[in-house]
Amino acid sequence: MASGKTLTISLMDPPYESETTTTVLRIVDAAVRKGHNVNVFAYEGAVALPMKTQAAHPNPVKGTTAEEGHHPTTSGFISALFEAAKANDAKLDWVNCGLCVDERGANDWVEGVRRGGPGDFVKMAQESTNTLVIGTR
Amino acid sequence: MAKYLSIVERAYHGTLEEQDDTILWVNHMFKNAGADVSLLLRSNAVNYAVRGQDASGLTFGKAALSAPPTLDHDVEQLVKAGVAVFAVSEDLADRGIEQGELVSGVKTVGRREVAKLFDQHDQVWHW
Repeated sequence: MASGKTLTISLMDPPYESETTTTVLRIVDAAVRKGHNVNVFAYEGAVALPMKTQAAHPNPVKGTTAEEGHHPTTSGFISALFEAAKANDAKLDWVNCGLCVDERGANDWVEGVRRGGPGDFVKMAQESTNTLVIGTR
Repeated sequence: MAKYLSIVERAYHGTLEEQDDTILWVNHMFKNAGADVSLLLRSNAVNYAVRGQDASGLTFGKAALSAPPTLDHDVEQLVKAGVAVFAVSEDLADRGIEQGELVSGVKTVGRREVAKLFDQHDQVWHW
């Protein structure tokens, strides 16, 4: 059930390199399960998190195929978060910084992600119950 | 053949998304490619050698991480592949980790002996 509260998160880290991306996705998951709306402003490397072209790969060290290894993708997780938000009557708004996208060629995202800019983050912060900034360290 | 020492210090960064540690993984690949590589775990990375880690249970909505990382097992596999794995004893002690908690085959080395370990290798790669 919708709580009427909104959390905005800004994150910068790219997929597969930092624990902060996993932590942010966990926070989004916990929030939407409670019916809170969540805005995400993906800045710099974080714009690659929802890229649709991410693909599972085999693991030659473990000798497993992509299927056997159940290799995850962050874009798959983000799609699941959009579904979880919908199921809990919450709204997930994921904005990818457009200039960051252009310089990386990191377009083609899973459904639900939209292009925006720093102005969107300001608007999100102004309209939210609280804002969490998670920068790159 | 040249001997390489890889130092792993940064730990648990992206390991859930990757299902492993990228530096342990790439060193295993180096070994498989014929490199004579050793591994030195220091700082937070000494925890990679602790037996019985369980990273299961992560879900996002209905998407579950069904094959979580098993870093202790990965260290064990490196040892089995012939990679000499060292852990800095003071870093273990600082974190309350006893030698008996480590996977078998991991050797401890004191901070004062690390320079000697460097000398025993032709190149040192600090990741």
